[in-house]
Formats: sequence, structure tokens, C-alpha cells
Amino acid sequence: MKKYAELLIEKAIFLSGMASILFVVLIFIFLLKEGLSLFSDTKLLSFIFGRNWYPISDPPQFGILPLILGSFFVTLGAIVIAVPLGIASAVYIAEVAPVWLREILKSGIELLAAIPSIVLGFIGIVTLAPWLKNIFHLSSGLTALAGSIMLAFMAMPTIVSIVEDAIVSVPKSYKEGSVALGATRWQTIYRVILPAASSGILAAVMLGIGRVIGETMAVLMITGNAAVMPTTFLQPVRTLTATVAAEMGEAVSGSSHYYALFAIGIVLFVISFIINILADAFLHRKTK
Amino acid sequence: MMGVKKIEKIAFSILFVSTIFVITPVMLIAAVILFRGVPAVSLEFLFSMPSNGMRAGGIFPAIVGTIYLTLGTALFSIPLGILAAVYLNEYAQKNWLTRVIEIAIINLAGVPSIVYGLFGLGLFVTFLGFGASILAGSMTLAIMTLPVIITATRESLSTIPNSFREVSFSLGASRWQTVRYVVLPNAIPGILTGTILGLSRAAGETAPILFTVAAFYLPRLPQSMYDQAMVLPYHIYILSTQVPNVSPKIQYGTVLTLVSIVFILNITASVIRSRFRKRKTW
Repeated sequence: MKKYAELLIEKAIFLSGMASILFVVLIFIFLLKEGLSLFSDTKLLSFIFGRNWYPISDPPQFGILPLILGSFFVTLGAIVIAVPLGIASAVYIAEVAPVWLREILKSGIELLAAIPSIVLGFIGIVTLAPWLKNIFHLSSGLTALAGSIMLAFMAMPTIVSIVEDAIVSVPKSYKEGSVALGATRWQTIYRVILPAASSGILAAVMLGIGRVIGETMAVLMITGNAAVMPTTFLQPVRTLTATVAAEMGEAVSGSSHYYALFAIGIVLFVISFIINILADAFLHRKTK
Repeated sequence: MMGVKKIEKIAFSILFVSTIFVITPVMLIAAVILFRGVPAVSLEFLFSMPSNGMRAGGIFPAIVGTIYLTLGTALFSIPLGILAAVYLNEYAQKNWLTRVIEIAIINLAGVPSIVYGLFGLGLFVTFLGFGASILAGSMTLAIMTLPVIITATRESLSTIPNSFREVSFSLGASRWQTVRYVVLPNAIPGILTGTILGLSRAAGETAPILFTVAAFYLPRLPQSMYDQAMVLPYHIYILSTQVPNVSPKIQYGTVLTLVSIVFILNITASVIRSRFRKRKTW
């Protein structure tokens, strides 16, 4: 009897181990199941490269190029802000800051990571957007730039903590060797430690990009949501994620609009899959 | 030519200023939420129903909805996550299958939250016929939380010294007995820490619950797990974008309530972690 119970629990353990694979496959199947129906009357190329997203006009147009560019603009802006600042503060926290300050800074970054994105979106609406509006004399501060700045802060905790890990895991002997040769601390940091931590840094950048592309609520709230081809950062844009979040509520189940939103889901899934595989490859290279 | 010491000084100053740029906004955000939220929160605000199309009254149903949803998420994700971590750390061989599981977990962790929303809508709400409900929302959030719980549990299991397992085996215990009576009890603090952190993230998520559970305005408490529910994150979204002329008091009060729930969970996790570190004797 006892043997039997043990066999049962070991089967449950094995199945739980397999569950993650099952869920990834299920997510993909359900996205495909609903999303592929769109392509019975919309061509794949006109979906991806179409310049018009008018899902409820007659006939509807499902071109997601403005949405892809919207996501691209916001992501690019966020990365330009978050990567240098993130790496610099990770270096400061890991190598320069005194111990007492290090702990405070680390808790501050953890605090930032714990704030839900909906709250950052709200703060963006009430503080950041009005500032940008005044500074740049815009009719509305809800722009790609506002999204980029807010998302930079969402990517920062990921980037800082992974870069810091990478720096800390550089063998001590590298640093000691460099200092023994008479290098200053700064020379050691940028000639020895940073190169040695480079794959970790690349992984951090990839994961930061992944977080920014996948972020939904904050961009929905502060990028202004205009599905037009973006040309500047001071213009409202609409991202892939925000489009799904904003429109699924009103899309009729089984309509081509509904299918198109699932097709956007497929695009997002594929992008995040590629980014995660790349990030993992960089992280694994580090351990070798 | 500049001296190396001078260059170092400049470089360190730049690093310091960058860090200030990162940390100051965090402090400002925290300060704004506290200073504007605290005067807005009262017992009446927390425990009364919203009224007048959410422009008056409190947020009680949204608090209850958030708690139900977080408990539901825990119910599905904790057993599955812990067993999966036990498999990976105690049973799995180092082969291609294990590698595929690891890649699957990494991808689950990186899938955009709105894609979870679509998946939950497709599988739980429509295909399995749960409708938009606490059940569908909890299951969607549970799958999203799974990678956090698995990773944290696995890390906790891997810190248990191998000698513990060897002693147990040498006494004739089976693998499962070793896991059940030796490994798991020693790993509990680490598992709790990771699990609570995962749940605190789930409690603040909005995108996955948009079409799987969240109700726009439902001024009563949910009756069963097949009910829709109001939840705090979605309520903040509605208050700040969909309803005109909501008083900032109600907005900041709701924001502070959500942030407090998330932080109470986070602080609980770090208290458990620090206690465990002090007590650990091996």
C-alpha cells in the first residue's frame, strides 16, 4: 500500500515537471487556433506590412506595421535610457558604493521592481505626462517619449540586478591580478571586470528589452494610443500589447477583429520566445 | 594628459550621478503615493461599496476580489510549482528533456502578460467554458506565477547539503521519503519566500485579468468562483482612464491600497528570508 502511494506521488512529481512544457505548447496552440483564422481572408504580408489598422471600418484593415513601429519606438527609447543608466548603477552598487549605501540602493531598486506596472502607469499620467506637455509645448504629454521614460524604469531593476550578479560572479583573482599590476580601480572595472561580465550584461539587455516589449498596462495608459505610423518620439503611438489590451474588450468573439488580436498575440509570443532564447544563451555562455 | 587618478574620479562621479538618476524617481514615486494616498484611506473607504459610478464610496469589493484572486492563484500554482521544482532538483537527469523543461520555464517567465490574458480567454473562458470568472483568472495568473515559484523552490532545494540526502538514503529511506522528511522541511523558508514574492506580483498584475475575470463596476461581493469580480489593479486602470471626474483622493487611495498589499507580501517574504539566514546552521 505504501509502495503504491509512493509510486503515485512520484508520477505526480514527474507530471508537474512536464507541466511547464505543456503550458508553453498550450499557449502557442491557443494563440494559433484563434489567430490563424484571420489569414483566411487577410494575407500574412498585408497583416505585417499593412500601414492601416482600422479594425472596425468596412471593410476592416488589419495592418500592424504602425503597431510594430509603435512598440519599436517605445522599446528603443526605453533601452537608450535604461541600458547606460542601469549598467552604470550596477557597477556603482557592485564596485564603488560603500557597504551601507549599497544595501540602501539595492532595496530602492527592489522597491521599484515591486511597484505594479498599473501604478507606474497612473503616476505617469498624473506627473510625467503634464511635465512633458509643458516642456515640449505639446497638446498632450501622452507620447512615445512618456512611454519610453516610464518603461525605462520598469526595465531598470531587471538590468541592474542581472548586471550586478554578472559583476559579482567575475572571479576575484581577475580583479586582484589587475590591481597587483598597478591598475587603478576604474581601470580594473572597465578593462577587466566589464569585459569578463559581458555575456551577463548582454543577457541583462535582452531581458530588459523583453520586459519593455511585453509591458502592457503602462504603455496603454501613457503612450496616447494612436495607431498611426510614428515619426517622432513626441507623438502618440500605439504598441502591439496596448492594442490587444484596449480592443479585446469590444471585439466580438469570433469576428475577424477578434482573430486579428490573437494574431498579434502570436507575433508577441514569437518575439518574446526569440528574446528569451537569446538571453538564455548569453547567460549560459557566462557559466562556461 | 589627465592623470589616471583624475580619470577615475570623473568615472566614479558619472557612475554616482547615474545611480542618483535611477534611485531619485523611485523615492519620488514612493513619496507621492504615500503623501497623497494616506489622507485618502480610511476604514470607511476600505470597507464600503463604490457608488455613484465609482465617483464616491469605497473599494471593498475590489479588495475582496484581489484577495480571492490571489488565494486562487496560490491554490493552483503552489502545489504544481513545488512538485515541478522537486522533479527538477531531486529526480531529473541532466539530459535533453530537462533542458527542454528549463527552456519552457524561461519562456513562461518571459511571455508578455497580455499574451497570458489571450491564452486565458482562449482556454479557460471560452474553450473550457468557465466564463470570465475568479476561476479562469486564478488559473491564468497561476500559470504566469509558476516560473517564479519553480525557480525559487529549486534554488532553495539546491542549498540543502547533499550529505543530508546521503544520510537519509543510508538509513534505507526511499527517494520520496528523503524528499518528504529531509529535503522539503529544510527548504520551507526559501520556498515560502519565493512563493510569496510570486503571489505579490500576481496580485498587482492587470493585463492577464482584463478579459478573464475583471469586472468594470460590480458593487457587490463575488458569490462563487464562477463570478466575475472587481480587482484593485483593474479598478485603478478604470479610475484613471475610463471614468471622467474621479476625485484624485479616490485614485490615490486605491493606488496606496494596492501598493500596500503588494508591499506587505514583499516584506513578509524578506522577514522570512532574513530569519531563515540567521537560523541556518549548516
